[in-house]
Amino acid sequence: MDDVITISDDTFDEAVGLSDIPVVVDFWAEWCGPCKVVAPILDEIASAHSGKLKVAKLNVDDNPRTAQRFQVMSIPTLLLFKNGEAQARIVGARSKTQILSEFEPHL
Amino acid sequence: MESGATREVVILGSGPAGLTAAIYAARGELKPVVLEGEPSSSSDQPGGQLMLTTEVENFPGFTHGVLGPELMVSMRAQAERFGAEIHTERASRVDLTSDPVGIWIGDPKAPDPTLRARALIIATGARSLMLGLENESRLLGYGVSTCATCDGFFFREKRIVVVGGGDSALEEALFLTKFGDSVTVVHRRKELRASKIMQDRAFKNEKITFRWDSVVTDILGNERVSGVRVREANTGEESEIGTDGVFVAIGHAPSTELFAGQLEIDEAGYLVTHDGTETNVPGVFACGDVQDHVYRQAVTAAGSGCMAAIDAERYLASLASS
Repeated sequence: MDDVITISDDTFDEAVGLSDIPVVVDFWAEWCGPCKVVAPILDEIASAHSGKLKVAKLNVDDNPRTAQRFQVMSIPTLLLFKNGEAQARIVGARSKTQILSEFEPHL
Repeated sequence: MESGATREVVILGSGPAGLTAAIYAARGELKPVVLEGEPSSSSDQPGGQLMLTTEVENFPGFTHGVLGPELMVSMRAQAERFGAEIHTERASRVDLTSDPVGIWIGDPKAPDPTLRARALIIATGARSLMLGLENESRLLGYGVSTCATCDGFFFREKRIVVVGGGDSALEEALFLTKFGDSVTVVHRRKELRASKIMQDRAFKNEKITFRWDSVVTDILGNERVSGVRVREANTGEESEIGTDGVFVAIGHAPSTELFAGQLEIDEAGYLVTHDGTETNVPGVFACGDVQDHVYRQAVTAAGSGCMAAIDAERYLASLASS
Protein backbone atom coordinates (compact mmCIF):
# COMPACT_ATOMS: atom_id res chain seq x y z
CA MET A 1 0.00 0.00 0.00
CA ASP A 2 1.74 3.19 -1.23
CA ASP A 3 -0.65 5.37 0.78
CA VAL A 4 1.00 4.30 4.04
CA ILE A 5 4.78 4.48 4.20
CA THR A 6 7.36 3.97 6.94
CA ILE A 7 9.87 6.76 7.45
CA SER A 8 12.93 7.31 9.64
CA ASP A 9 15.18 10.11 10.88
CA ASP A 10 17.20 9.70 7.69
CA THR A 11 14.33 9.66 5.21
CA PHE A 12 12.03 12.21 6.89
CA ASP A 13 13.11 15.29 4.89
CA GLU A 14 12.86 13.59 1.55
CA ALA A 15 9.63 11.74 2.25
CA VAL A 16 7.80 14.60 3.94
CA GLY A 17 9.61 17.78 2.78
CA LEU A 18 9.61 16.91 -0.90
CA SER A 19 6.16 15.34 -1.08
CA ASP A 20 3.83 17.05 -3.54
CA ILE A 21 0.77 15.93 -1.56
CA PRO A 22 0.04 16.48 2.17
CA VAL A 23 1.53 13.94 4.57
CA VAL A 24 0.20 12.88 7.97
CA VAL A 25 3.10 11.72 10.13
CA ASP A 26 2.09 9.22 12.82
CA PHE A 27 4.56 9.32 15.73
CA TRP A 28 4.10 5.97 17.46
CA ALA A 29 5.82 3.18 19.40
CA GLU A 30 5.28 -0.50 20.02
CA TRP A 31 4.50 -0.15 23.74
CA CYS A 32 1.75 2.46 23.32
CA GLY A 33 -1.81 1.08 23.60
CA PRO A 34 -3.63 4.11 22.13
CA CYS A 35 -1.22 4.07 19.12
CA LYS A 36 -2.53 0.61 18.23
CA VAL A 37 -6.09 1.91 18.25
CA VAL A 38 -5.20 4.79 15.91
CA ALA A 39 -3.15 2.78 13.37
CA PRO A 40 -6.09 1.07 11.59
CA ILE A 41 -7.99 4.38 11.47
CA LEU A 42 -5.05 5.99 9.66
CA ASP A 43 -4.94 3.08 7.20
CA GLU A 44 -8.60 3.74 6.40
CA ILE A 45 -8.04 7.47 5.99
CA ALA A 46 -5.04 6.86 3.72
CA SER A 47 -6.89 4.55 1.36
CA ALA A 48 -10.00 6.77 1.32
CA HIS A 49 -7.83 9.77 0.32
CA SER A 50 -5.53 7.82 -1.97
CA GLY A 51 -3.48 10.11 -4.25
CA LYS A 52 -4.43 13.19 -2.18
CA LEU A 53 -2.86 12.29 1.14
CA LYS A 54 -0.08 10.08 2.42
CA VAL A 55 0.33 8.59 5.88
CA ALA A 56 3.91 8.22 7.10
CA LYS A 57 4.64 6.14 10.20
CA LEU A 58 7.60 7.15 12.33
CA ASN A 59 8.64 4.91 15.21
CA VAL A 60 9.84 7.29 17.96
CA ASP A 61 11.83 4.53 19.66
CA ASP A 62 14.06 4.09 16.60
CA ASN A 63 13.93 7.72 15.48
CA PRO A 64 14.31 10.04 18.47
CA ARG A 65 15.78 12.94 16.44
CA THR A 66 12.66 13.65 14.43
CA ALA A 67 10.44 13.31 17.49
CA GLN A 68 12.64 15.81 19.30
CA ARG A 69 12.75 18.18 16.34
CA PHE A 70 8.97 18.50 16.38
CA GLN A 71 8.74 18.53 20.18
CA VAL A 72 6.78 15.31 20.33
CA MET A 73 6.47 14.36 24.01
CA SER A 74 3.29 12.32 23.88
CA ILE A 75 2.17 9.55 21.57
CA PRO A 76 0.32 9.03 19.44
CA THR A 77 0.94 12.48 17.92
CA LEU A 78 -0.29 13.14 14.39
CA LEU A 79 1.26 16.01 12.44
CA LEU A 80 -0.09 17.14 9.08
CA PHE A 81 2.58 18.49 6.71
CA LYS A 82 1.90 20.46 3.55
CA ASN A 83 4.84 21.58 1.41
CA GLY A 84 7.10 20.46 4.22
CA GLU A 85 5.44 22.71 6.82
CA ALA A 86 3.52 21.40 9.83
CA GLN A 87 -0.07 22.67 9.50
CA ALA A 88 -2.01 20.83 12.19
CA ARG A 89 -1.30 18.67 15.19
CA ILE A 90 -3.35 16.10 17.10
CA VAL A 91 -2.04 14.80 20.41
CA GLY A 92 -3.56 11.55 21.63
CA ALA A 93 -5.83 8.95 20.09
CA ARG A 94 -8.97 10.24 18.37
CA SER A 95 -11.88 8.83 16.39
CA LYS A 96 -11.82 8.88 12.59
CA THR A 97 -14.40 11.68 12.51
CA GLN A 98 -12.35 13.85 14.87
CA ILE A 99 -9.12 13.28 12.93
CA LEU A 100 -10.79 14.14 9.62
CA SER A 101 -12.48 17.27 10.92
CA GLU A 102 -9.12 18.50 12.19
CA PHE A 103 -7.17 17.71 9.01
CA GLU A 104 -9.67 18.13 6.17
CA PRO A 105 -9.59 21.97 6.11
CA HIS A 106 -5.86 21.71 5.26
CA LEU A 107 -6.23 19.25 2.39
CA MET B 1 -25.52 -2.00 11.62
CA GLU B 2 -29.09 -1.88 10.38
CA SER B 3 -30.62 1.40 11.52
CA GLY B 4 -33.45 1.23 14.00
CA ALA B 5 -32.99 -2.52 14.49
CA THR B 6 -34.04 -4.08 17.79
CA ARG B 7 -31.41 -6.28 19.41
CA GLU B 8 -31.70 -8.65 22.33
CA VAL B 9 -28.71 -7.23 24.20
CA VAL B 10 -26.69 -4.06 23.71
CA ILE B 11 -23.59 -3.49 25.84
CA LEU B 12 -22.13 -0.03 26.36
CA GLY B 13 -18.41 -0.14 27.12
CA SER B 14 -15.56 -2.57 26.48
CA GLY B 15 -13.42 -2.87 29.58
CA PRO B 16 -13.27 -6.17 31.49
CA ALA B 17 -16.94 -5.76 32.55
CA GLY B 18 -18.35 -5.02 29.10
CA LEU B 19 -16.32 -7.68 27.30
CA THR B 20 -17.01 -10.39 29.88
CA ALA B 21 -20.73 -9.58 29.55
CA ALA B 22 -20.27 -9.85 25.78
CA ILE B 23 -18.56 -13.25 26.04
CA TYR B 24 -21.37 -14.64 28.20
CA ALA B 25 -24.19 -13.05 26.21
CA ALA B 26 -22.66 -14.25 22.92
CA ARG B 27 -22.29 -17.78 24.25
CA GLY B 28 -25.92 -17.55 25.34
CA GLU B 29 -26.86 -16.98 21.67
CA LEU B 30 -28.04 -13.44 22.37
CA LYS B 31 -25.91 -11.91 19.56
CA PRO B 32 -24.91 -8.89 21.63
CA VAL B 33 -23.93 -5.58 20.09
CA VAL B 34 -21.05 -3.88 21.90
CA LEU B 35 -20.51 -0.14 21.53
CA GLU B 36 -16.88 -0.19 22.62
CA GLY B 37 -16.34 3.57 22.69
CA GLU B 38 -14.12 5.94 20.74
CA PRO B 39 -10.33 6.19 20.76
CA SER B 40 -8.74 8.66 23.18
CA SER B 41 -5.57 8.77 25.24
CA SER B 42 -7.47 8.80 28.50
CA SER B 43 -8.97 5.76 30.20
CA ASP B 44 -12.27 6.52 28.44
CA GLN B 45 -11.51 4.45 25.33
CA PRO B 46 -12.02 1.01 23.81
CA GLY B 47 -10.59 -1.52 26.26
CA GLY B 48 -10.93 0.88 29.18
CA GLN B 49 -8.44 1.70 31.88
CA LEU B 50 -6.24 -1.35 31.30
CA MET B 51 -5.25 0.03 27.89
CA LEU B 52 -3.07 2.55 29.69
CA THR B 53 -1.36 0.11 32.03
CA THR B 54 1.64 -2.13 31.59
CA GLU B 55 1.94 -5.27 33.69
CA VAL B 56 -1.23 -6.53 35.41
CA GLU B 57 0.07 -8.79 38.15
CA ASN B 58 -3.12 -9.74 39.98
CA PHE B 59 -5.43 -11.05 37.26
CA PRO B 60 -5.89 -14.74 38.11
CA GLY B 61 -4.45 -17.25 35.69
CA PHE B 62 -1.38 -15.31 34.61
CA THR B 63 1.49 -16.61 36.72
CA HIS B 64 3.91 -13.97 35.52
CA GLY B 65 1.44 -11.17 34.88
CA VAL B 66 -0.02 -9.98 31.62
CA LEU B 67 0.17 -6.65 29.78
CA GLY B 68 -3.04 -4.65 30.21
CA PRO B 69 -3.55 -3.91 26.49
CA GLU B 70 -2.81 -7.56 25.64
CA LEU B 71 -5.40 -8.80 28.11
CA MET B 72 -8.00 -6.49 26.59
CA VAL B 73 -7.17 -7.45 23.00
CA SER B 74 -7.61 -11.12 24.02
CA MET B 75 -10.94 -10.46 25.75
CA ARG B 76 -12.18 -8.64 22.66
CA ALA B 77 -11.11 -11.44 20.34
CA GLN B 78 -12.75 -13.97 22.66
CA ALA B 79 -16.05 -12.04 22.57
CA GLU B 80 -15.88 -11.81 18.76
CA ARG B 81 -15.15 -15.50 18.48
CA PHE B 82 -18.56 -16.25 19.98
CA GLY B 83 -20.34 -13.77 17.71
CA ALA B 84 -20.40 -10.48 19.62
CA GLU B 85 -20.76 -7.58 17.19
CA ILE B 86 -18.33 -4.84 18.25
CA HIS B 87 -18.56 -1.27 16.98
CA THR B 88 -15.92 1.42 17.62
CA GLU B 89 -18.55 3.98 18.51
CA ARG B 90 -20.13 5.48 21.57
CA ALA B 91 -23.73 6.11 22.48
CA SER B 92 -24.64 9.80 22.39
CA ARG B 93 -28.04 9.40 24.07
CA VAL B 94 -30.24 6.70 25.57
CA ASP B 95 -33.98 6.62 26.17
CA LEU B 96 -34.71 4.16 28.95
CA THR B 97 -38.42 5.07 29.20
CA SER B 98 -39.28 3.27 25.98
CA ASP B 99 -39.48 -0.50 25.75
CA PRO B 100 -37.29 -1.70 24.08
CA VAL B 101 -34.89 1.06 25.16
CA GLY B 102 -33.50 3.42 22.49
CA ILE B 103 -29.81 4.06 21.84
CA TRP B 104 -28.47 6.86 19.68
CA ILE B 105 -25.08 6.96 17.96
CA GLY B 106 -23.94 10.24 16.44
CA ASP B 107 -26.52 13.05 16.43
CA PRO B 108 -28.35 12.84 19.78
CA LYS B 109 -31.14 15.02 18.38
CA ALA B 110 -32.06 12.57 15.63
CA PRO B 111 -35.77 11.75 15.90
CA ASP B 112 -35.26 7.98 16.05
CA PRO B 113 -32.69 5.93 17.93
CA THR B 114 -29.93 4.23 15.97
CA LEU B 115 -30.83 0.92 17.57
CA ARG B 116 -33.09 -0.50 20.24
CA ALA B 117 -32.40 -3.14 22.86
CA ARG B 118 -34.63 -5.45 24.88
CA ALA B 119 -31.87 -5.61 27.50
CA LEU B 120 -29.17 -3.01 28.02
CA ILE B 121 -25.93 -3.66 29.89
CA ILE B 122 -24.10 -0.53 31.02
CA ALA B 123 -20.34 -0.96 31.44
CA THR B 124 -19.15 2.56 30.66
CA GLY B 125 -16.59 2.45 33.45
CA ALA B 126 -14.78 5.38 34.94
CA ARG B 127 -12.51 7.94 33.37
CA SER B 128 -9.43 9.52 34.84
CA LEU B 129 -9.80 12.87 36.52
CA MET B 130 -7.69 15.83 35.50
CA LEU B 131 -6.68 18.75 37.70
CA GLY B 132 -8.80 21.12 35.64
CA LEU B 133 -6.10 23.79 35.36
CA GLU B 134 -5.96 25.98 32.27
CA ASN B 135 -2.26 25.29 31.75
CA GLU B 136 -2.85 21.59 32.10
CA SER B 137 -4.80 21.42 28.82
CA ARG B 138 -2.53 23.97 27.13
CA LEU B 139 0.58 21.90 27.93
CA LEU B 140 -0.99 18.51 27.21
CA GLY B 141 1.47 16.78 24.90
CA TYR B 142 4.20 19.26 25.90
CA GLY B 143 5.12 17.70 29.21
CA VAL B 144 1.66 17.03 30.62
CA SER B 145 0.60 13.45 29.94
CA THR B 146 -2.44 11.27 30.60
CA CYS B 147 -0.58 8.06 29.76
CA ALA B 148 2.62 7.15 31.59
CA THR B 149 3.10 3.95 29.62
CA CYS B 150 2.88 5.87 26.32
CA ASP B 151 4.98 8.87 27.22
CA GLY B 152 7.42 7.83 29.96
CA PHE B 153 10.01 7.23 27.26
CA PHE B 154 10.19 10.96 26.44
CA PHE B 155 11.37 11.75 29.97
CA ARG B 156 14.61 9.83 29.94
CA GLU B 157 17.02 11.44 32.45
CA LYS B 158 14.47 14.14 33.18
CA ARG B 159 12.61 15.31 36.27
CA ILE B 160 9.07 14.03 36.68
CA VAL B 161 6.14 14.95 38.93
CA VAL B 162 3.30 12.51 39.57
CA VAL B 163 0.16 13.94 41.17
CA GLY B 164 -1.92 11.58 43.32
CA GLY B 165 -1.64 9.02 46.12
CA GLY B 166 -3.55 5.92 45.04
CA ASP B 167 -2.42 2.68 43.45
CA SER B 168 -2.40 4.12 39.96
CA ALA B 169 -0.30 7.11 41.05
CA LEU B 170 2.33 4.86 42.64
CA GLU B 171 2.24 2.45 39.73
CA GLU B 172 2.95 5.34 37.38
CA ALA B 173 5.66 6.72 39.67
CA LEU B 174 7.41 3.34 39.84
CA PHE B 175 7.11 2.84 36.11
CA LEU B 176 8.50 6.32 35.44
CA THR B 177 11.63 5.67 37.54
CA LYS B 178 12.77 3.48 34.63
CA PHE B 179 13.17 6.66 32.61
CA GLY B 180 13.42 9.76 34.78
CA ASP B 181 16.23 10.94 37.04
CA SER B 182 13.78 11.80 39.79
CA VAL B 183 10.10 11.29 40.43
CA THR B 184 8.32 13.53 42.92
CA VAL B 185 4.90 12.33 44.08
CA VAL B 186 2.70 15.25 45.10
CA HIS B 187 -0.15 14.13 47.32
CA ARG B 188 -2.77 16.25 49.01
CA ARG B 189 -2.76 14.19 52.22
CA LYS B 190 -0.13 12.84 54.60
CA GLU B 191 -1.05 9.22 53.93
CA LEU B 192 -1.34 7.25 50.74
CA ARG B 193 -4.51 5.51 49.64
CA ALA B 194 -2.39 2.99 47.73
CA SER B 195 -2.11 -0.66 48.75
CA LYS B 196 0.61 -1.73 51.17
CA ILE B 197 2.61 -3.57 48.53
CA MET B 198 2.71 -0.52 46.25
CA GLN B 199 3.64 1.76 49.16
CA ASP B 200 6.51 -0.51 50.17
CA ARG B 201 7.84 -0.55 46.62
CA ALA B 202 7.59 3.21 46.29
CA PHE B 203 9.22 3.95 49.66
CA LYS B 204 12.09 1.63 48.77
CA ASN B 205 12.74 3.29 45.43
CA GLU B 206 15.59 5.80 45.65
CA LYS B 207 14.35 7.90 42.76
CA ILE B 208 10.98 8.60 44.36
CA THR B 209 10.42 11.41 46.84
CA PHE B 210 7.13 12.57 48.33
CA ARG B 211 5.68 16.03 48.77
CA TRP B 212 2.94 15.54 51.38
CA ASP B 213 -0.13 17.65 52.15
CA SER B 214 0.36 19.52 48.91
CA VAL B 215 -1.96 20.56 46.13
CA VAL B 216 -0.86 21.47 42.61
CA THR B 217 -2.26 24.94 41.90
CA ASP B 218 -0.62 25.58 38.52
CA ILE B 219 1.55 24.04 35.84
CA LEU B 220 4.34 26.29 34.62
CA GLY B 221 6.05 26.64 31.25
CA ASN B 222 5.67 28.48 27.94
CA GLU B 223 6.49 26.06 25.14
CA ARG B 224 6.83 23.07 27.42
CA VAL B 225 6.49 22.20 31.09
CA SER B 226 9.14 23.71 33.35
CA GLY B 227 7.57 23.19 36.76
CA VAL B 228 4.51 23.01 38.97
CA ARG B 229 3.32 25.37 41.67
CA VAL B 230 2.17 23.65 44.87
CA ARG B 231 0.41 24.88 47.98
CA GLU B 232 1.10 23.26 51.32
CA ALA B 233 -2.32 22.50 52.81
CA ASN B 234 -1.57 23.36 56.45
CA THR B 235 0.49 26.52 56.07
CA GLY B 236 -0.95 27.71 52.74
CA GLU B 237 2.61 28.36 51.64
CA GLU B 238 3.19 28.24 47.87
CA SER B 239 6.37 26.96 46.28
CA GLU B 240 7.57 25.68 42.93
CA ILE B 241 8.94 22.31 41.93
CA GLY B 242 11.03 22.30 38.76
CA THR B 243 10.02 19.47 36.45
CA ASP B 244 9.96 18.44 32.81
CA GLY B 245 6.94 16.19 32.99
CA VAL B 246 3.63 16.08 34.86
CA PHE B 247 1.58 12.90 35.12
CA VAL B 248 -1.82 13.24 36.74
CA ALA B 249 -3.26 10.21 38.56
CA ILE B 250 -5.73 11.66 41.04
CA GLY B 251 -8.43 9.09 40.59
CA HIS B 252 -11.44 8.29 38.48
CA ALA B 253 -15.06 9.35 38.11
CA PRO B 254 -17.81 7.06 36.81
CA SER B 255 -19.05 7.82 33.29
CA THR B 256 -22.76 8.23 34.00
CA GLU B 257 -23.71 11.46 32.17
CA LEU B 258 -25.79 9.56 29.61
CA PHE B 259 -28.07 8.22 32.33
CA ALA B 260 -28.65 11.33 34.42
CA GLY B 261 -32.35 11.72 35.20
CA GLN B 262 -33.10 8.20 33.96
CA LEU B 263 -31.27 5.92 36.38
CA GLU B 264 -30.71 6.08 40.10
CA ILE B 265 -27.26 7.54 40.77
CA ASP B 266 -25.65 7.82 44.23
CA GLU B 267 -24.00 10.93 45.71
CA ALA B 268 -20.59 9.96 44.37
CA GLY B 269 -22.02 9.65 40.86
CA TYR B 270 -22.13 5.85 40.60
CA LEU B 271 -25.09 3.90 39.20
CA VAL B 272 -27.04 2.17 41.94
CA THR B 273 -27.59 -1.57 41.49
CA HIS B 274 -29.53 -4.11 43.55
CA ASP B 275 -30.30 -7.85 43.37
CA GLY B 276 -27.15 -8.49 41.39
CA THR B 277 -26.75 -5.98 38.59
CA GLU B 278 -30.29 -4.61 38.23
CA THR B 279 -30.85 -0.87 38.04
CA ASN B 280 -34.14 0.86 38.81
CA VAL B 281 -35.26 0.31 35.19
CA PRO B 282 -36.30 -3.27 34.31
CA GLY B 283 -34.08 -4.70 31.59
CA VAL B 284 -31.26 -2.25 32.26
CA PHE B 285 -28.24 -3.71 34.05
CA ALA B 286 -24.96 -2.13 35.20
CA CYS B 287 -21.58 -3.73 35.86
CA GLY B 288 -17.94 -2.77 36.42
CA ASP B 289 -16.55 0.52 37.67
CA VAL B 290 -19.61 2.55 36.65
CA GLN B 291 -21.43 1.00 39.64
CA ASP B 292 -18.54 0.00 41.91
CA HIS B 293 -16.71 2.50 44.08
CA VAL B 294 -15.47 -0.14 46.50
CA TYR B 295 -13.43 -2.79 44.69
CA ARG B 296 -12.61 -1.35 41.24
CA GLN B 297 -10.45 -4.24 40.09
CA ALA B 298 -10.22 -5.82 36.64
CA VAL B 299 -11.29 -9.16 38.09
CA THR B 300 -14.29 -7.76 40.00
CA ALA B 301 -15.34 -5.82 36.89
CA ALA B 302 -15.13 -9.02 34.84
CA GLY B 303 -17.10 -10.88 37.53
CA SER B 304 -19.88 -8.31 37.57
CA GLY B 305 -19.95 -8.34 33.74
CA CYS B 306 -20.66 -12.04 33.90
CA MET B 307 -23.43 -11.39 36.44
CA ALA B 308 -24.99 -8.74 34.20
CA ALA B 309 -25.07 -11.10 31.21
CA ILE B 310 -26.73 -13.83 33.28
CA ASP B 311 -29.21 -11.32 34.76
CA ALA B 312 -30.02 -10.03 31.25
CA GLU B 313 -30.45 -13.56 29.93
CA ARG B 314 -32.93 -14.43 32.73
CA TYR B 315 -34.79 -11.18 32.18
CA LEU B 316 -35.16 -11.92 28.46
CA ALA B 317 -36.32 -15.47 29.25
CA SER B 318 -38.96 -14.08 31.62
CA LEU B 319 -40.19 -11.73 28.86
CA ALA B 320 -40.49 -14.64 26.45
CA SER B 321 -42.47 -16.79 28.89
CA SER B 322 -44.90 -14.07 29.99
